[in-house]
Amino acid sequence: MRNSSYKGVVAAAAVVALTATACTGQNPVENKPDKPGLFKPGSQISYSKYGPDYPATKVKDVPGPCSYESISRKDYSGQTLKIISHAVPVIGEPTKLHARQFEEITGAKVQVINVPFGELHQKILTPLQAGQSAYDVMFYPSLWVGDMAPHLAPVPKKYLDTPAMKDVTKAYMDVATWDGKVVQYPVDGDRHYLKVRTDVLEDPKRQSAYKAATGKELRTPRTWAEYQEVAAFFSGKEVDDDEKPNFGSAEVTKRDDLTFSAFISRAAPYAKHPDVKGGLFFDVETMKPLINTPGFVRALEDMVKAKSTWAPGGANFGLGDEIFSFGGGQSLMSYSWDDAFIQAQSPDSRIRNKVLAAPLPGSDEVYNRTTKAWDKKRNQVPYFTWGWTSAVAKAAPNQDMAFDYLCFFSNEANTALDLTIGRFGVNPYRNAHFDAAFWEKQGWDKDVAESYVRTLSGMEKSPNRVFDLRVPGVNGYMSALANGVAAALADEKAPQRALDDVAREWNKITEQIGKDKVRSAYRNVVALEDNS
Amino acid sequence: MEGLRRHKSMFLLPGLLTLALIIIFPLLFTIRVSFSGWNVSSPQMDFIGGANYATMLDDSRFWASIMRLALLAGGTVLIQYVIGFGMALLVWREARGRRLWRVLFLVPMMTTPVVMAAIWQMIFHESLGPVNDLLGMLGLTKVPWLTESGPALVALMTVEVWQWTPFMFLLLLAGLLSLPKEPFMAAAIDGADAWRTFRKVTFPLMAPVSVAAIIIRLIEASKLSDSVYVLTSGGPGSSTETPGYYLYIQGLRDQQTGYSGAMSLTYLVLMIVTLTIVAALLARAFKLKGDS
Repeated sequence: MRNSSYKGVVAAAAVVALTATACTGQNPVENKPDKPGLFKPGSQISYSKYGPDYPATKVKDVPGPCSYESISRKDYSGQTLKIISHAVPVIGEPTKLHARQFEEITGAKVQVINVPFGELHQKILTPLQAGQSAYDVMFYPSLWVGDMAPHLAPVPKKYLDTPAMKDVTKAYMDVATWDGKVVQYPVDGDRHYLKVRTDVLEDPKRQSAYKAATGKELRTPRTWAEYQEVAAFFSGKEVDDDEKPNFGSAEVTKRDDLTFSAFISRAAPYAKHPDVKGGLFFDVETMKPLINTPGFVRALEDMVKAKSTWAPGGANFGLGDEIFSFGGGQSLMSYSWDDAFIQAQSPDSRIRNKVLAAPLPGSDEVYNRTTKAWDKKRNQVPYFTWGWTSAVAKAAPNQDMAFDYLCFFSNEANTALDLTIGRFGVNPYRNAHFDAAFWEKQGWDKDVAESYVRTLSGMEKSPNRVFDLRVPGVNGYMSALANGVAAALADEKAPQRALDDVAREWNKITEQIGKDKVRSAYRNVVALEDNS
Repeated sequence: MEGLRRHKSMFLLPGLLTLALIIIFPLLFTIRVSFSGWNVSSPQMDFIGGANYATMLDDSRFWASIMRLALLAGGTVLIQYVIGFGMALLVWREARGRRLWRVLFLVPMMTTPVVMAAIWQMIFHESLGPVNDLLGMLGLTKVPWLTESGPALVALMTVEVWQWTPFMFLLLLAGLLSLPKEPFMAAAIDGADAWRTFRKVTFPLMAPVSVAAIIIRLIEASKLSDSVYVLTSGGPGSSTETPGYYLYIQGLRDQQTGYSGAMSLTYLVLMIVTLTIVAALLARAFKLKGDS
């Protein structure tokens, strides 16, 4: 009884907050017979008619239930699809573009609401919790699945059986799955990996100078210690004839701008022991946070040391700054999502084909939390860091139309074109995307394309890997972590103390949400990490 | 007569209902929420007593943000008052092109705060921004404006002063223009120089306007968060975090609804009490000066 009156109050609040969307009436669901298709099988598809911002690249429509040909047979005239997505351009722009195309070929009316990152979680979750069907389709970071899952419609079998879906890599099908059901529709595959400038690191003169100064070979760093040495050696030097100093490393360090992901990349090889199962962030049995254990502390100490290798302002770099700094040629190395690499490889980039992708640096020793000792062994850990996903709300009145939109969004032709537009934020997530020839067709040199494809596909094969903390309240956990990292970077607290405080915060959050609830969700993450 | 009174009441009804809807209901709702454990994964309007308030007492980040706000608001409003008064005095009398100056002075205030903060972020950018270029040309060391605590606070204060001094200017100029002429004529007849006239006539006569302007600006400054969001995101560490920004993180981003409700109410009460005391002290101080 109390719950239902509460729902009424929350619904009223949601109505006030979301007037336009929440008050819109639902469409009557109509199942109309198919109409003649607007495209022939295998038609040439291009975005060029949508304006000069889109490349003239043409690809063939791949026959199948999600193709232009098949979707254009559907008649959704008189029906409205409501979508919420991130702000333009990252994922928000392809959402709008494909919405427009979907309207053109099916007759549906598609409303897209674009929301800044900081407001997206609340804008999606509040109406869902209040039982409002404010949006039919939602685009959001996949690590929120713990909060979203209870409100999502499982992807029907007919979509799971499409060739495009069958080609999604195992890691990204795992990301889409919650408690054994595929509830998120894969549209993107994100990973952290290392990017380096080859015109500097493979230059014989610089290699000699580095050897003379350090006694070590100059090469693409394989450990975080090497990364630091190389970054420190080149920081502040002018290395590419633009009369401006270059810097060693660009990292995402702005507290509320995905710093937690950067830190996890650095911590993974120190903290994720290949022989120790049962949780990286928590001990899954006791739910005791492991975030302040020696592996994480070492990583934070490393990150604090790295400050000296950052460009001016590097201690407050958001993702956009990191992209600009490496992609624009200011910093010689960086590690995060694809964007900086794609920016460096854009046709007008001065460092095009002077870059290389490589796995994230590893470590020469890894902390074993069972024996409470550092084990001397090479450890390299890929980090599958969230990535955009999409889903259909359980309360969506016309789920066929909603899933058809997502199926169309991610069909082979659209994805091939989207992958080439860096600002879209759509990155490889199907086996077909690991084809160096595809990237060579975009003007990439063979070795650059191969390094990219090899790095990304190699992560799929690793038995020792890290995923994000996909549990209810994940934003609170990551916010506390980012705060601790930021406090250490600002010299407000020593790394150990900063992470002890994070652990304390995590305990509070776990108690608040409920230990059993978090543990149950965390078991899914542990299963992914341990590949069990 | 009775009917007319009833009709008059009917005219008031829409306004009263609107007031209830936009002020009283949210306030009561927030009070109720602050005693609940409503959070991101458990949207329950349960009753957990004063647990949120107890947590808040132990939340050093919240209290530090309040102390920081006191520094930022107090410091910037004082600077705005001094500069704003100076600017108002400049264009009060027969300054050349005073109409143009008056309009120009108001431009910063008319800029959208978030857009303005984004522009200032570029201005303070450590490698691309003109401020460090200028310092370099003068042979001075570049300053990490947005990545070290002290400079970040200075940057934030600069932006606040730049944007809101025109507001202070506008109020004080209106006050100056409404002053009676007789006291100034009497001062001139007595042979008082400009400084003495300002000290003994202008400043005391401006006391009520000054107090009002300072209080209005303090109320506005207590909400400081948009420029923090754009310029520093509360960093480095949490050295520029204000209560408004911290509430945004807890309430809207991390969806700790119950807890943020408790903090919001405490913050509201603290602001009301503090500003009431400050207003009383200012009124007394200006009155004393006026009497001397």
